[in-house]
Amino acid sequence: MSAAAGMPRRRPMHPSHPAERLRATGIALPFVALFVTLSIASSSFLTKVNLLNILDQQAATLIIAAAGTLVLVAGGIDLSVGAVYSLAGVTGAELASRTSPVVAIVLGVGVGLAVGLVNGLVVTRLRINALIATLAMSFVVSGLGTLITHGNLVVLFEHPEFGDLARTHIFGVKSSIWIALVAVVVIGVLLARTTAGRYMYASGGNAEAARLAGVRVDAMRVLTFVVSGGAAGLAGVIDASRVLSAQAASGDTLAFTVLAGIVVGGTSILGGEGAVWRTFLGVLFIALIGNGYDLLGLDPLYEQITLGVILLTAVAIDSWARSRPDR
Amino acid sequence: MAGLGDQPRTHVELAGVSKHFGAVRALDGVSLSIARGSIHALVGENGAGKSTLGKIVAGVLAPDAGRLLLDGEEVALRSPREALVRGVAAIGQEVNVVPQLTVEENVFLGAEPRGAGFVSRRALRRRYEQLAETAGLNLPAATPAGRLAPAEQQKVEILRALARNAELIVMDEPTAALGAEETAQLHEIVRSLARAGRTVLLVSHFLREVLALADEVTVLRDGQVVRTAPAGEQTEDSLIHAMLGRPLTAAFPPKRAASEDALAVLTVRDLHAPHVEGVSLTVHAGEIVALAGLVGAGRTELARAVYGAARPTAGSVELATGDALSGGPRARLRAGVAMIPESRKEDGLLLGRSVTENVSLASLGAVSRYGFVRRGAERRRTREALDRWTVRADSLGSPASSLSGGNQQKLLFARVLLCGPKVLLADEPTRGVDIGAKRAIYDLLAALADEGLGVLLISSELEEVLGLAHRVLVMRAGRIVDELAGEQMTESAVLAAAFAA
Repeated sequence: MSAAAGMPRRRPMHPSHPAERLRATGIALPFVALFVTLSIASSSFLTKVNLLNILDQQAATLIIAAAGTLVLVAGGIDLSVGAVYSLAGVTGAELASRTSPVVAIVLGVGVGLAVGLVNGLVVTRLRINALIATLAMSFVVSGLGTLITHGNLVVLFEHPEFGDLARTHIFGVKSSIWIALVAVVVIGVLLARTTAGRYMYASGGNAEAARLAGVRVDAMRVLTFVVSGGAAGLAGVIDASRVLSAQAASGDTLAFTVLAGIVVGGTSILGGEGAVWRTFLGVLFIALIGNGYDLLGLDPLYEQITLGVILLTAVAIDSWARSRPDR
Repeated sequence: MAGLGDQPRTHVELAGVSKHFGAVRALDGVSLSIARGSIHALVGENGAGKSTLGKIVAGVLAPDAGRLLLDGEEVALRSPREALVRGVAAIGQEVNVVPQLTVEENVFLGAEPRGAGFVSRRALRRRYEQLAETAGLNLPAATPAGRLAPAEQQKVEILRALARNAELIVMDEPTAALGAEETAQLHEIVRSLARAGRTVLLVSHFLREVLALADEVTVLRDGQVVRTAPAGEQTEDSLIHAMLGRPLTAAFPPKRAASEDALAVLTVRDLHAPHVEGVSLTVHAGEIVALAGLVGAGRTELARAVYGAARPTAGSVELATGDALSGGPRARLRAGVAMIPESRKEDGLLLGRSVTENVSLASLGAVSRYGFVRRGAERRRTREALDRWTVRADSLGSPASSLSGGNQQKLLFARVLLCGPKVLLADEPTRGVDIGAKRAIYDLLAALADEGLGVLLISSELEEVLGLAHRVLVMRAGRIVDELAGEQMTESAVLAAAFAA
């Protein structure tokens, strides 16, 4: 049909395009730059305590963001993760105060998986836009959380065994960090190395082409929502265990923090492109900025502004890379 | 309008124009002049630089070197908007209308008659009617442009160009998406534009169209001008020779007759689906059956229904085994039916993903174990497939978007052929590919038939239908209205069946 089919205009992803190269190396360069800068600027930054502390605090975000990367790559978005995180936290905490910690953990994660499944089915079967579907779901789930806690903080100081999930030291590193790292690696391998991962890229990149090539696009999308829900559930349980308490409103802004980490990492909000290792760096990049403000004693007012500018820059690079070099 | 003397005035002049994209040299010192009021055609293979040249004239692209002169005055067009101010408008192959706005609103988009900052609807309507009348284009002023057929939308764009008093109109493959009748209409419009003294720069793939319309033809090859000559002195063969740098020996591979007792590999019985009104057909092993017909006759819909991409409402599709197929594309692929979709960009490729990922997408199971992709095996198999089906790719890791149109198309062939189909549905497999790649695809289709595949070919190019197919089925309004074979397969017979009221 088109004379221009093979013409440069249709070669937006030419590897020599500067934006494409920028996106390929992406978050790694600024991450290293920030890391080095902070190491020089603050003597307390490059210490085991500080770095492990950052990872411990980011464990939940890392897990959810890794899974959220799958959702975005497959062409969806999950705004319910914050609410699911809270619900799983309070579910786990309530159960831990009554039964064994194992039951609490399993059911906490199970709640997340269940919400993820509902999300996936609503998006694929009812054909409701993922943004709206998961936003609506976040209200429902949030309400359920408040129903369970009656708006109170669930405190578990009398059940310290529940804290073992996140607070056990293995080789001098807390189990919350180990769990997060394992989750990130497993999800990363799922996306990068398995057939399911390939199908996720295809589903998000060009759903109709994927369908015609025999890919079960809807099944893949459901899978990503289930993984995302399960990850949010796990994260909620881990944080409840980490601080031995939980409340229904704890994850209110988490969905956006997670999304920011994913996008700053360079995963496209439009689907079909992205990687879990990028998200890992993206989340930590944002965490480092917060850490830097703390350590250097800068006015935290500017932290949010900085974050906003970085987020816009990341999205701009993505859209620049997608745009045609001649436009 | 043609100047003061007898000599036609030069309207557009390009001197030593070059353009690079990264390492790719799209244009290399192109010089050319276009007379006012003439129709000037640019032809060449994909990648020869003709669209790039069109875009430079239209202000979409800026040249790296060289000069562009309009009416003898050097200009630097930095955007299509600036070009418009200089009287240059571009009409692309993809139609650019705002579907929600009405025809008249689209025509005057960005140049609405205003009173006190508000659009004056009455003035808009008056000016639209004047314009439509002068141009002889009748379109309903108040209909949303999105409801119009592609050809009508193109007329909206032409009106828009005229509304801005464009003196020079650059048309990039204006008929690529049009059916035969609509194409003829557009040709008439182009002629009338020239008669009214406007200059048309026509970028086209269709040599017949070029020969029929253009006053002068410029042939490009590898970014350089091979020659500019009056169209009257050219033939299709001479143009092809100039475009390729060699004569094209034969347009089509020899047809080998399918054996008489060949197995029916595809039997469609009374199939109903949206735009398909009860179609029955049979394709035998080793046979290429072409579906001819006008755009909108239901050919693509039929192929999609056979492939399960659109669910049939009634009827059956059977393979050689005699079992009726059910399910969607996934089930069809497994059963041995493959489809090359009509639009490779929209329905075929993952443009941003690598060549390897694109090729292996439909048969990933064959190179994976326990759900993990064995990437070494995948690369080897992809490399073999690309070699076998002559896809040229710089590297397996480069994105599908970096391939030429022909290679993208062959990539899609490689993807589905790796599934080992018995039946191949090929919907416009040569659309938008250059002449060399066309021949390669013809060879491929013939070779597949030789191997015993049944091929159902949809093509809007009559030559292709007649040159490749053993049998031609003509569709009209969702039904098969004629079947032609052997001697009966002539252009006039196909057209008569396609157009008959």
